[in-house]
Amino acid sequence: MSDSPASRAAAATPPSVARKIRGLSDRAIAWIFVAPTIFLLLAINIFPLIWTINLSFTNFKANSPNREVVNVGFRNYQRILTDSDIWLNMQATAHFLFWTIFFQVIIGFTLAYLINKKFKGNDLWTTIIVLPMMLSPAVVGNFWKFLYQPQIGLFNYIIAFFTGKDPSSFEMLGSVSLAPWSIVIVDTWMWTPFVMLICLAGLRSIPDYIYEAAEVDRASKLRQFFTITIPMVLPFLMLAVLFRGIENFKMFDLVVQLTGGGPGSTTELTSINLKREAFEKWRTGYASAYAIILFVTVFGLASIYVKALNKVKER
Amino acid sequence: MSNFFNGLMRLRRGPWEMVATILIGLGVFMLMQPFVLWAYTYSFIITLIGTVMFIIVSHFKE
Repeated sequence: MSDSPASRAAAATPPSVARKIRGLSDRAIAWIFVAPTIFLLLAINIFPLIWTINLSFTNFKANSPNREVVNVGFRNYQRILTDSDIWLNMQATAHFLFWTIFFQVIIGFTLAYLINKKFKGNDLWTTIIVLPMMLSPAVVGNFWKFLYQPQIGLFNYIIAFFTGKDPSSFEMLGSVSLAPWSIVIVDTWMWTPFVMLICLAGLRSIPDYIYEAAEVDRASKLRQFFTITIPMVLPFLMLAVLFRGIENFKMFDLVVQLTGGGPGSTTELTSINLKREAFEKWRTGYASAYAIILFVTVFGLASIYVKALNKVKER
Repeated sequence: MSNFFNGLMRLRRGPWEMVATILIGLGVFMLMQPFVLWAYTYSFIITLIGTVMFIIVSHFKE
């Protein structure tokens, strides 16, 4: 008999257990191994989801558990989808989503294009650029709050230096027109490196011989850029856009740290509004319906994301 | 274009996934657009149909 780990394990198995296992098929043994994971998945992911769907059709309030729970049908959904205030929150989220993705793609791709060119200190610059992405959103929110301070904030002083305005004459976080842009700036600062890294992976996946063939055909640098670089990087860019889109749709921590949803509700993104409905107003049934609407939207976007990911893999 | 419609008729994955993707995209756009409230009202049902369709059609043959 060999002294392999399997034989030692077999020898150590009590005879009664060994007899039971011998009677099981491979499929049954595989199910025994997988069962704890499936149980955890059901308990942690699927059950709360089904419970939330169930609550979304009721008037349940988590702070009044003894109150009679009435089934209200689709009334919560109807109220959310006809509420002009929530529609405004959706628009604030759309503004945030559109501009963060726009700036992150433009700046991220430009940085990746520059970093892809071999130069001295290339690795050092990559590390420096990637640093913001490694910080916690709570930390980033706090120190940008200091940077945006009208009296002592560096950001205001830099803007004042270029525009000639008084640094304390404008307040980025307190102004209705500037606050939505202040959160766009911070998110762009933090997450552009992520888009840059994905674009860099795309740029580095383009084989040199394609450019060499284009050189032989006397294609100009501009034509090479538009007919080789952009089409080859596009699936990667799409991936970055979808990923950032899904993440920013759920944005909460950074904006809570910076503006708390204010001034008024100009920066109150859907996730902040949802938290207020659920844990400040305690409208649990209503908030559950709200969460399901957001979940279906993110799930739909995630489906497209998976499809795009498969296309990139096929390449 | 005829390939696309043939694929739809023969229940092929590619074109049906395309339809589902368009529905999801349209639903998300309707949810966040600042123009008309009725589009916002119907956005959820469009996204839901697109998402459920995507789950179903992703099991179709290539």
